Amino acid sequence: MSFTPQLPPVAKLEQKTVVDLVANGKRIDDRTTDSYRPLHIQVGLIEKANGSAQVHLGKSKVLVGVKVETGTPFPDTPDEGVLTVNAELGPLASPLFETGPPSEQAIELARVIDRGIRESKAVDMKSLVLLKGKKVQVVFVDIYILDHDGNLIDAASIAALAALASAKLLKAELKGDEVVYKPGLHPLPLNNHPVAVTFAKVGKTIIVDPVLEEEQVMNARLTVTIEKNGNICAMQKGGLSGFTQDELKTVVNLAVQKAAENRAKILAAAKG
Amino acid sequence: MMVIVAEPKQVVAPGELLAEGDHVLGDNSFKVGSRIYSACIGIFEVDGTRVTVVPLKGGYFPRVGDLVGGRIVDVGLSGWTVDIRAPYEAMLPASETPGPRGPRRRDLSESFDVGDMVLSQVLAFDRTRDPLLTVKGPGLGKISNGRVVEISAAKIPRLIGRKGSMISMLKRETDCQITVGQNGVVMVWGKSPENERVAVEAIYMVEREAHTRGLTDRIREMIAKSNVVGEVARTQTA
Amino acid sequence: MPEPKQPEKLIDDKGIRIDGRRLDQLRPIKLEVGILDKADGSAYIEQGKNKILVGVYGPREAHPKHIALPDRAVLRCRYRMAPFSVDERKNPAPSRREMELSKVIRESLESVVLTDLYPRTTIDVFIEVLQSDGGSRCAGITAASLALADAGIPMRELVAACAVGKIQGHMALDLSDAEDKYGEADLPVAWVPNANLVTLLQMDGILTTSEFEKGLTMALDACKTIHGMQQEALKKKYLVIKEVAEEREETEVVA
Repeated sequence: MSFTPQLPPVAKLEQKTVVDLVANGKRIDDRTTDSYRPLHIQVGLIEKANGSAQVHLGKSKVLVGVKVETGTPFPDTPDEGVLTVNAELGPLASPLFETGPPSEQAIELARVIDRGIRESKAVDMKSLVLLKGKKVQVVFVDIYILDHDGNLIDAASIAALAALASAKLLKAELKGDEVVYKPGLHPLPLNNHPVAVTFAKVGKTIIVDPVLEEEQVMNARLTVTIEKNGNICAMQKGGLSGFTQDELKTVVNLAVQKAAENRAKILAAAKG
Repeated sequence: MMVIVAEPKQVVAPGELLAEGDHVLGDNSFKVGSRIYSACIGIFEVDGTRVTVVPLKGGYFPRVGDLVGGRIVDVGLSGWTVDIRAPYEAMLPASETPGPRGPRRRDLSESFDVGDMVLSQVLAFDRTRDPLLTVKGPGLGKISNGRVVEISAAKIPRLIGRKGSMISMLKRETDCQITVGQNGVVMVWGKSPENERVAVEAIYMVEREAHTRGLTDRIREMIAKSNVVGEVARTQTA
Repeated sequence: MPEPKQPEKLIDDKGIRIDGRRLDQLRPIKLEVGILDKADGSAYIEQGKNKILVGVYGPREAHPKHIALPDRAVLRCRYRMAPFSVDERKNPAPSRREMELSKVIRESLESVVLTDLYPRTTIDVFIEVLQSDGGSRCAGITAASLALADAGIPMRELVAACAVGKIQGHMALDLSDAEDKYGEADLPVAWVPNANLVTLLQMDGILTTSEFEKGLTMALDACKTIHGMQQEALKKKYLVIKEVAEEREETEVVA
């Protein structure tokens, strides 16, 4: 069951400061309405994972690990591998998060990232098959939130793509009943590079990459995931209010531009 | 500029545009800019400059001074928890009952026990706390006989009628004592079970047909057909 | 039961879909209000083969107490699919999809409910999908608005919802389950007419920005139509009682 969340006690004065600034096209950290916070991407930190990336988006910090294991395919897709995306919004990252099973926020985040990767067909699922109907490779994308200062979806999306793009695996083959790994590392075959761009509506103004204080006063949120050709592959509106049709048009077009900017940074970092 | 947009005395839905301009906002209406909308499903009423929507459905929202019928759900150390069919549970402290107080009163359930129906009055209520009740007052206290009917609190104004016209007619025609709780709990005591039955049927009829015309006459007809002898008729034949 | 086979074509040469509809046509919709006895408000919707029942309780005392908010009601929403509602029996345990949909549905309704009138209470919305055929979250929202109104809970306005999608390269309204499964994109939308805001928006699949704009316009037009049906369904119950009662009075006066 989903229920109206308890709001953390944010001082009314602070809230008013944020709202007033945004109404004048300014942000509390001096950004314009359409710019991202400083973005740092580092790959390859977790040697035991096939791919990993740590992202600092302003003060938000996310670590994504990609592990590729063997498993069985789903019965209705015997000729495809499996992709699983999971997210942990653990108590380490924020006083707002509790231990326990994934909250609706964690589930939503994981499913939005999953949709971006899946619908853009970023991972070549057919290349993951070892024996049709019996044995396939399973790509686990595990999102670990380390520090929550707003816009975890974009930070996670950037980290997930960087981790997938920099992932290295041994070539797997089926010899009889056993899976055998040939020496030599290969990149995970990626056909697309989906990037999520999240907007917040504060009053009548729309801002990109909301920081935590802005998320606490926003009326509504919209995430638009853009694939490498500039098409939309996922969308998710959140928050208690809504958007007009015109706002949606503007936001989608801005998302295409912002996704391209971030995509370039992600792919550059994945190479390095 | 004051324009009435919706048709008065008709059923309106939530979000329906009622009027535009400087009208006075009555219950269940709200303003956005200069436009006034309905907040619920109900009958649109215009009274001079006041626009109101009389709800056709809805629970009871406590108000200080209201007479309410409540069911005891818990007996505590210093009072009772009472279900008054509101979004909030009500408290009836032992100090708000007539009679002796103090350490001698050991078991409150001797006065009111779980399941008892109590007629009480709302003593205090605001946004920060649950309603407080009292049974100090004439006619208040445990209901031990007669019949208890629970109808939608939204229909109570219709059951009472303009200047009490509907409830007076019902009492007269069925020869019953009827106490109306603002929370939709109605208590009926009659000369005979048949009188009580007819009164109860009339009350349910009001609940069902509250928004229709000619209701008072139809109910009087129904009672007349039931062969229950009303008070007026009885005094005439005597 | 075996899964139905993939249809050869989703749209034939005449532009007709597998259930006989044109691209811009809604499935038949049936709405009923006030059908449950114990719930404070209730509504039932059939849209295509979707059969969804919604019950609302509240405002009522918050249990557990710690979820209560001091200045307004907490809106609680549960979207649940019955195990027999889909082709392959669904495990009754709550799925991640149901949790996500419960959240987005709650968020689509919360802006219209006047929650600050009932501090420290909960308003509970239970959406039970008895049979699912594509677009169930939208149909659920349409019915949930009616159930809230039927409970007498004050609201700014009703929320109407409808999905569009892309099948065989064409934008189509109100996708059925097969069309959603074998189509290229699915875009559920919820909308409030007075405030003119989209309160639920999700998309999966691939759409160009202009396909998105076209689809959004189609969805909003459909929401307008559905909103009209909602108002009619709400008032119908009372109008029938009114007609019957007043007719009885007239015949008796004549007699």
